Amino acid sequence: MIAYALQQLINGITLGMVYGLIAVGYTMVYGIIGMINFAHGDVFMVGAYVGIIVLTAFSGMGIAAVPVGLLVALLVSVVLCGVYGFTIERAAYRPLRGSFRLAPLISAIGMSILLENFVQTSQGAKDRAIPEPIPGGFKIMQQHGFVVQMSYMQIAIIVTTLVTLGIFTYIVTKTPLGRAMRAIEQDAKMAALLGVNTNRVISLTFVIGSALAAVAGIMFLSYYGVINFFIGFNAGIKAFTAAVLGGIGSLPGAVLGGLLIGLIEAFWSGYATIAYKDVAVYSILAIVLMFMPTGLLGRADIEKV
Amino acid sequence: MSDAVPAVSGRDTLIRYLRDAGGVGILALAIFVPFIGLRLHGHMNGLALGYRPKLLAIGVVLAVLARVLVLIWQDRRVHQGRAAWRAARIASAGKYVTPLLLGFAVLLPLVPGIANFYIDLGVLVMTYVMLGWGLNIVVGLAGLLDLGYVAFYAVGAYSFALLAHYYHFTFWECLPLSGLFAALWGVCLGFPVLRLRGDYLAIVTLAFGEIIRLVITNWISLTGGPNGIYNIPHPTFFGLNFNLGGGAGTFSGFFGIDPDPKQLTTYLYYIIFFLALLTNWVTLRLRRLPMGRAWEALREDEIACRSLGINVRNTKLTAFAIGAMFGGFAGCFFATRQNFISPDSFTFIESATVLAIVVLGGAGSQLGVALAAVVMIGIPALLQDLSIYRMLFFGLALVIMMVVRPRGFVSTRTPSIALGRRKLISSELISEGHG
Repeated sequence: MIAYALQQLINGITLGMVYGLIAVGYTMVYGIIGMINFAHGDVFMVGAYVGIIVLTAFSGMGIAAVPVGLLVALLVSVVLCGVYGFTIERAAYRPLRGSFRLAPLISAIGMSILLENFVQTSQGAKDRAIPEPIPGGFKIMQQHGFVVQMSYMQIAIIVTTLVTLGIFTYIVTKTPLGRAMRAIEQDAKMAALLGVNTNRVISLTFVIGSALAAVAGIMFLSYYGVINFFIGFNAGIKAFTAAVLGGIGSLPGAVLGGLLIGLIEAFWSGYATIAYKDVAVYSILAIVLMFMPTGLLGRADIEKV
Repeated sequence: MSDAVPAVSGRDTLIRYLRDAGGVGILALAIFVPFIGLRLHGHMNGLALGYRPKLLAIGVVLAVLARVLVLIWQDRRVHQGRAAWRAARIASAGKYVTPLLLGFAVLLPLVPGIANFYIDLGVLVMTYVMLGWGLNIVVGLAGLLDLGYVAFYAVGAYSFALLAHYYHFTFWECLPLSGLFAALWGVCLGFPVLRLRGDYLAIVTLAFGEIIRLVITNWISLTGGPNGIYNIPHPTFFGLNFNLGGGAGTFSGFFGIDPDPKQLTTYLYYIIFFLALLTNWVTLRLRRLPMGRAWEALREDEIACRSLGINVRNTKLTAFAIGAMFGGFAGCFFATRQNFISPDSFTFIESATVLAIVVLGGAGSQLGVALAAVVMIGIPALLQDLSIYRMLFFGLALVIMMVVRPRGFVSTRTPSIALGRRKLISSELISEGHG
């Protein structure tokens, strides 16, 4: 049934966009300083919470224009998550730069636990829900009584992701900051010798990555409408999986990986059992890596002896 | 942040402190406003916001104070430069720490009048010491980053629980079987990840751990799903059980003493103590065998290993299998101790905790792992009154401990093999592997 498959495709792409945005943050940090930023998923969760708080403040003030509220929430969340990313890097990762490889990993896991529990203790463990911000959608096709719907929210998510990724690609490829980032990715020491302010660029990388996570957080919030302090863990792991599947360090790879995982989840839930959708995602990851040990678009890392 | 230049004049220092603390204050304000300053309340029709300005002010002031203290501490450290001296002292003290710790561990349950709670806590800590030592084989010796160690713990626990539930196996029958099953799963995990390195390896091991947990959660007809498995038997002492009813066939009845829950706890304590020591002993022995030496060589340089004809595949697989086996033993013990297991006990946070114990102890150091387990499991368990804040502090402590001691508590190693006397070497010289 084509209609059903088309619906799963639309849902999968929407979900994949959210994963892709988070995955870009992972892959950027990995590309530049070679560490797994485990707290990244929790920055995403913080972004979603800031969004729900701003939206609540708006409705508390009696302002009914939801799209405006959503836009303000997006901006506030992007700024605050940038601050979170900056602080996390400064406090937990920078002192460990150049040390034992596992030290920043454990520090990042600690940071993730800290953020999760900070939000849990300060905002409560309950699920928080908002009404659908932009209801409605339009019909694409109808087959045997099954209606393929594309909601306005899904369109908004896909458009926002594409715009965000466009801005981001522009930054990385066309601006001096992007050039510095790529230089550090290739050889941090040499870049520093040639006058690139490594510390500043790394800080900015974290800020940008966190801002992308904030955008993803707002989209998650407005798509699903329900969040809790634990959403960061699952989304973080999925996004990390996406980044690795696409080839960690590769920006198009992260988006591709995100889309693939979104599609696998949507189709598996649609055609097989919803309970085992994550098992399917992880198994496909393992199988892909067996044959392509550096992911779909990753470069084989050449080791000099 | 930590400029190595010592402050010249008091006024400069003050200005630096003020600027730094001011920056931290602004950051803290931005971070705390949405979460501490504001509070979401659920309502009949949607959400409402509450305000907590006092708490917000306290939070910001605390953050600034903490930053000032860190600055003062950093300046002192720059002036004194006692790191080398301290390292030497810790190394010399290390000689006494091992026998002291061992003696304490042997005698703990025998202290007269000790509360059952503390023996039970000892059992918990010892379980993590064993898990840490097991994972140390994979991470510390072979240099393979494993983020899904809890999978083997789960395999061990569920092997026993299922065999006991469906076929009425006892603990002692299942203990070797659990280790065997876990080792088999270790090889299953090992095969697909042979070619992977670094983060690719990390995510696949993590995914493996999640797959095992998800299958256990969703295969309800076999495992009971999220409800878990109840009534897992306790271990018996040469056929004598520890029922509190007393009478023939029970431990207390046979020896003619009053039944006491402490007897079972003490027994469990010595079982896990023995298992942990076994793990340690096997590890120390294996390090001297060609297999163990190959592990360490693999950690140092995989390419050199290949060129010297070491079979990298077998080396990695044995590391996974043996590490997993000890995880399986620990899991089997966990099931018998708890009486009840559910998938909730085998989440990623367990893997992360065990990995943190290994890294914090100083990957590769047996003593360090034991110390780290005591610190990371024992202290939080004693602070149970803090309940909801416990994990908050746990996360904070992980970050702080890593920043302060990135190479772990014990930062020296004894080489596995040496010409003449075995000198301690700095862990800076030990590489961490790429796998």
